[in-house]
Formats: sequence, C-alpha cells, structure tokens
Amino acid sequence: MTSANGTQAVVDIKGVTKSFARGNVTALQDIDLQLHAGEFVSLIGPSGCGKSTLLRVIGDLVEPTHGDVTVNGKPAHKARIDRDYGIVFQDPVLFDWRTVAKNIALPLEMLGWDRERRRRRLKEMLELVELTGFEDHHPWQLSGGMQQRVSIARALSFEPALLLMDEPFGALDEMTRERLNLELLSIWQQLRSTVVFVTHSISEAVFLSTRVVVMSPRPGRIAGSIAIDLPYPRTVETREDPHFFELVTQVRELLRSRGEHLLPEEEAAAR
Amino acid sequence: MTRNLGRRALEWVPALVVLVAALALWQGLIAAFHVQQFLLPKPTAIAKSLWDDRHTLWPAGWYTFEEALGGFAAGSALGILVATAIARFRAVGSALMPIAIAANAVPIIAFAPIFDAWFNPLSQESKMAIAGVLCFFPVMVNTLRGLTSVRPQQIELMRAYASGELEIYRRVRFPTALPYIFTALKVASVLAMIGAIVGEYFGGAFNALGVLIRSDAQVLDFVTAWAGIVVASVLGIALYLTVAIAERIVVRWAPATRES
Repeated sequence: MTSANGTQAVVDIKGVTKSFARGNVTALQDIDLQLHAGEFVSLIGPSGCGKSTLLRVIGDLVEPTHGDVTVNGKPAHKARIDRDYGIVFQDPVLFDWRTVAKNIALPLEMLGWDRERRRRRLKEMLELVELTGFEDHHPWQLSGGMQQRVSIARALSFEPALLLMDEPFGALDEMTRERLNLELLSIWQQLRSTVVFVTHSISEAVFLSTRVVVMSPRPGRIAGSIAIDLPYPRTVETREDPHFFELVTQVRELLRSRGEHLLPEEEAAAR
Repeated sequence: MTRNLGRRALEWVPALVVLVAALALWQGLIAAFHVQQFLLPKPTAIAKSLWDDRHTLWPAGWYTFEEALGGFAAGSALGILVATAIARFRAVGSALMPIAIAANAVPIIAFAPIFDAWFNPLSQESKMAIAGVLCFFPVMVNTLRGLTSVRPQQIELMRAYASGELEIYRRVRFPTALPYIFTALKVASVLAMIGAIVGEYFGGAFNALGVLIRSDAQVLDFVTAWAGIVVASVLGIALYLTVAIAERIVVRWAPATRES
C-alpha cells in the first residue's frame, strides 16, 4: 500500500513556515526534515517551539503558510484523504458510546471493511496492545494507560505506514509511562512503521527513538538532530546504560545551547 | 439482572408509601373537617368517578393524548432539525439564535386563542400546534448545546481519518448530543400534555379532556373535573416514562445512565 522502498522519504518537509494571523505568531520557520521508512523520530522542545504544530502539518490538520510537505511521496492533503497515517493524541479521544472493540475498529468501518475482516484484525490488535478480554468494555471503565493503548490500537488498526503521536503518554504517571514506552517499542518492532513522536521528556525521546530532533521556540525551528545509536531491543536496563546518559546529556545541551531555557516544569519533566 | 430489577422496585417503595399516606391523610382530613365536596372531593369519590365515567374520561384522555403526541413529535423533530442547521451553518445560528432566545421568553400559551383562529379550533391540529411550539424551544436549545459540545480533538481525529462533515455529524456530533436531546425530550413530553390541555380550555371538540374538565368545573361537578385531571396526569406520566425508558436503552453509555 505504500512505497516504502527505503530510498524515498516517508515524510519530506521542505521550507515549511507556519504563521498564525492572530497575534502575528510564527509557529514554525524554515523547517526542513526528512523521515525515512522505519525511523522512530522524536520531536522535542520547550512549549511554543511548534512541535505539535509540525506534527499537525505532517498530518494535514494544519496548513503551512509556506513550503511543501509530502507523505509517502504525495502531497500531505492527498495522504490524509488516502488515510496514510494513524494518529494518537495526549488525550485518548475515545468515543464513550463505543466499546473498546468498536473504538479500535472505527477506522476499519470507515474504510468499509466487512465484519469478518474487521473481527480478525481486531483480534490481532487486542493481542498487540494486550487488551484481550476488554473488547466489550466501554472507555470509561478503563484506566488512563489502558485507554491510551486502545487509542494506539485504533491508530495502528489499518496498518498505516506512518504513525503520528502527540505526547501520547504526557498525561500518564511515570510508571505507566515507562511500561507503555516498552510496549510501544515492541509494537513498533513488530510492525516496522515510521513514527513521529512529540514529547517534552528528554529521557523518553532518547529511550524510544532512532533519532531525536531538537526544536527551539519563537519562532519554532530545528536546532539540531541527534542519532540515537542504542541497540534494539531496548529494555529496562537501557535506561541505566552510561551511553544512554551521554545521549540524554547531548540532547539537553542542544536544548540549552539555543539560548531559550526550558521552563521550570519542563526542566522537571526532562529529568 | 433480576437482583437489579428487585433493587429498582425497592427504590420505589418510599415514594409509594408517601403517596398512600398522603391520600389517606387527604381522605381523613376531609372527613374530619367536613370540607365541602366542591372545594376538595375525597380521593375515594374521585376514584369512583374514574370508574363510573370511564367511557367518557378515557376516550377523551386518549383524544387529547393524540394531540400532545402529535405536537411532541412535530415540535421535537423540528427542534432537532433547526439545531442541526444552526450547528452546521454558523451564519444561520447568528441570524436565528437571538430571535429564538427572545421568542423563548414569550409565554407561548398566550398564543393559544390565536392558534385556534389560525386552525379550526375544533381540530386536533390546532392543539398539536400549541403543544409543538411549546416542545420546540427546549429541544432546539438543548440539541444545539449537545451538537456543539464535541471536543475539538474528536473533530481533529475524524479529520485525520478523512471524514467529511456528514460523517462527523453521524459518528460524533449526533451521539454526543443524544444525552442532551433526551433530557430535552423529557421536558418536552410534559410540556406537550400541558399545551394540549390548556389549548382545549380555550375551546375544542366536546370529546376532548381539557374541554371536559372545564365544563365539569363550570357546572360545579368538581369530582369529575378531578377525575379528568387524574387521567391527564396518568397519560402525561406515561409519555414521560416512555421517553425515560427509551433514554435508558439508547444512551446506556452516558454518565447519567451508567450503572457501574
């Protein structure tokens, strides 16, 4: 369904600028970024650096003022209409009137899959996110972490080549967050999709990613990019690896070098 | 499930006890203080009239109930349609909403004699019109609130899956609005019966409940008038309960109807 031939970029962002008329704010300025098939790229930066806006530009949910975005070799708008990506927000955005099963299968319904095909895929997705047995529950009967797993299963249900994640674990407690980090990595390794992951946690970004893209605010631009050469599969021990700490320090220094210091709460979150 | 039903039934016991006690007190006080029949008849006298006049009271009740039902259906449907149009097209909303809010403050019952002039006062349609107008506003206002209380991220998610406005309405806006709509329908179900009866006070067919209650009261037959009021109440409560049960079935997932 996609041309993931390795050489072509899954996401190609060229000279993207986004300004909002109201308040005359430049959210993004001259962004150039390429993502290749199978990459796990984190966008990190303080509030107001435009990382969420950049994610939405890729998903054609926000239109850039200047510049071009191609996804899977076609304009971002075409890619959205073709349903080329799945998306996960910080809020799980589940529909209370649908069961877990029906929330996960929502994109499949919209793609017109028949009942039997939906049922088979649903079974796979429930196993993937370890929610087998909860298919008939309603979202409000689940914990925050479980709700977010439903949201991830929904985003992956139709096997999009690209997964966009906007601080998906930002609202969860530290322990749940670290467990879901591990689960997400194992899912990613099984599916080999390309992931764009917005976060303001440095350790989370380093732990998950093949590459961390650091952004600086006002106007939002790319400060630099750090390849994370920690081997996969990454485990609980990875977080204790000296090289992990070196990389965390590198990212932090790149964030600091941009003159703009982190706000206190982001400083805390980054540790 | 059966235990659940048993517990539900048990919840009704206090209300039932109070009702029976109130009726007994009513009966006892009238006997004790020799209250005149035309001021307040005994519950037993009303019950007797309900049985003796069953062949006029209940058909009259049904006739009026049809008017209430017709007005309820038409007014509520129109309310939902207009709210949908306003939610979809902002311009329609800014044009209509101030007028709707102003109109909502008008005591609509005051228009009853005028509706009688517009329609044939002896027809059921004239009462349906009054009941319908009474139902329209609460349903429209509540539906609109429901349709617009969708979270922006839900819309963003649907757009990410290439949904158009129609699909967003069908899959997100309408289900979100359903609990609001049912709240309004419950209010409207009561208003519909009021509208039909009050409409009939200004004139209507001889076999209508409102006309019956008024003419009985005019000839000082207060026992039958009270019996008519009981019939009106029973039918009004029946309509309300039907809507409430439909709500339980349709919006089982909504916070207000959640069981666990």
